[in-house]
Amino acid sequence: MNSIVCLKQVPDTEAQIIATSDGSDVKLDGVKFIISPYDEYGIEEALLQKEKAGGGEVTLVSMGPARVVESIRTGLAMGADKAVHLDDEAFNGSDAQAAAKALAAQLKGMEYDIIYCGRQAIDDDQSQVGPALAELLGLTHTSVVTKVEVADDKKSVKVNRQIVGGEEIMELPLPCVLTCQKGLNEPRYASLPGIMKAKKKPLQAVKAADIGVDVGTVGVAGSGTRVVKFTAPPTRTSAKIIDGESPEEKAANLAKALREEAKAI
Amino acid sequence: MGKGIFVVSVPSQGTIRKVAFEILSEARKIADAKAEPLCAVIIGKGVAGLADKFAPYGADKVYVVENDLLEDYTADGYTKALADLITKEVPSIVLAGATGTGKDLMPKVAARIGAAMAADCTAIGVDGDAFTVTRYMYSGKMIADVNFQNAAVAIATVRPNVLIAAAPDASKTAEIVNVAAEVSADDIRVKVLEVVKGDAGKVDLTEAEIIVSGGRGMKDADGYSILEDLANVLGATVGASRAAVDAGWRPVSDQVGQTGKVVSPNLYIACGISGAIQHYAGMGTSKVIVAINKDEEAPILSKCDYAVVDDLFKIIPPLTEAIKKLKED
Repeated sequence: MNSIVCLKQVPDTEAQIIATSDGSDVKLDGVKFIISPYDEYGIEEALLQKEKAGGGEVTLVSMGPARVVESIRTGLAMGADKAVHLDDEAFNGSDAQAAAKALAAQLKGMEYDIIYCGRQAIDDDQSQVGPALAELLGLTHTSVVTKVEVADDKKSVKVNRQIVGGEEIMELPLPCVLTCQKGLNEPRYASLPGIMKAKKKPLQAVKAADIGVDVGTVGVAGSGTRVVKFTAPPTRTSAKIIDGESPEEKAANLAKALREEAKAI
Repeated sequence: MGKGIFVVSVPSQGTIRKVAFEILSEARKIADAKAEPLCAVIIGKGVAGLADKFAPYGADKVYVVENDLLEDYTADGYTKALADLITKEVPSIVLAGATGTGKDLMPKVAARIGAAMAADCTAIGVDGDAFTVTRYMYSGKMIADVNFQNAAVAIATVRPNVLIAAAPDASKTAEIVNVAAEVSADDIRVKVLEVVKGDAGKVDLTEAEIIVSGGRGMKDADGYSILEDLANVLGATVGASRAAVDAGWRPVSDQVGQTGKVVSPNLYIACGISGAIQHYAGMGTSKVIVAINKDEEAPILSKCDYAVVDDLFKIIPPLTEAIKKLKED
């Protein structure tokens, strides 16, 4: 089983995100970065399927600035075999569709049975790259996958995915793209020996020209959408404290406030 | 009249998701501003009977895109059907709900036709000739105004429960255009083997008007029975924090927050939830937030509209009774 995992480095879930004073960007100085949590499920699943098949390679592919290398090394320390880093200023500012184009250019010609992506990256929250990447590679896909069973002949995969009010079981031919949802597995932590080994694993840096990408089709120039302004969401500052002599009275006062004041029930 | 504003609906088990009506109502204003026709697009097998549901919300035209192979939703089949229609009609923007299906389908359609796309938008508008959208980024921690540029077709998915559906006007009618989708068995590479239904009567969290959510303070899985009672009286859906899901008290599909579902109900009642930044990221856009927590220091108490500082096990049962009584009066 050869798998590719698309990995995005994102600000930690704990991070406070602040806009610059002119609202043109966000301040990420001093922010801790992590592998997007849904991508971690992808890494874990690729490793589990490789172990189950008794062979193959897990390759990480990530796009972004130099700091991304730290997250790639974390993925390698979890057990991935090698990695490719799309490291070119031309990629900066790519929107989701443009990012999918860059990744597709890299993946074309690589060997894989399954490409794993997270269901979404928790910074841009677009949920676009997996389905778009599949389309650009001429593959089929499915999203929000919670279970993966590769057929014995390695020609197809049976997956469970979340749908409204339940789940759906689907069969896809290999190769295909799967986007990973929480519940798929429990990502392992990198072990100390894993961290030591990761330092020696192959990590290839790739420029746009290396993969035949016309720089006009990626980055800001190649993106059909552009964020023109960031603002902080409105915050609630003055909660009304519901008081009462007893819990019963507080409950009654809350019900009354929701009915008469907030008109919410 | 110009090229058209498309609003795509993929019915689920014979019903149109209400987000389609929310989008149509808002898109009517854009269609008027741009003097373009507002077109609903419904895709599936045997969906023609639903075609008259869109005119009351402002659709001028309804494309009914059908093929027997579209009985089950598959990204392969529906992408072919929708991409072909867009390529033929060249609308200026294509809108769809940011539902599970919308998220699965629209990015693939965008990639096929080379459209620009923004997902999970909370506002749509126009600035001169260009479309603009507003969407949350960093899981609700930041609002981004986004412009579409350099693309013949724009695609945007819209978060359910955010835009407001207009009162339907039953006197309105729309032109119905039947389209036989050219989908062949070869186009559909995936097979839907089985659909396992969960709790059939349960409204999905992302579409719920009211959510009663429990966290670590519920103490164990059994603690949720009082939330279920409150939810029944309110017609609400029960949600959970990550802590409660990770403890195994509730299924993953109930999780609200940065690594769960992003919800935007009219009323969100957070019970025994501290309100960590990750949880708030998933429910901060709720219209009214109530927090019930005995810990005075819980961050949620300073980020809500109504706070009750007390033991939730003492508050919720009488709250359920009080609301039941108010509803009866």
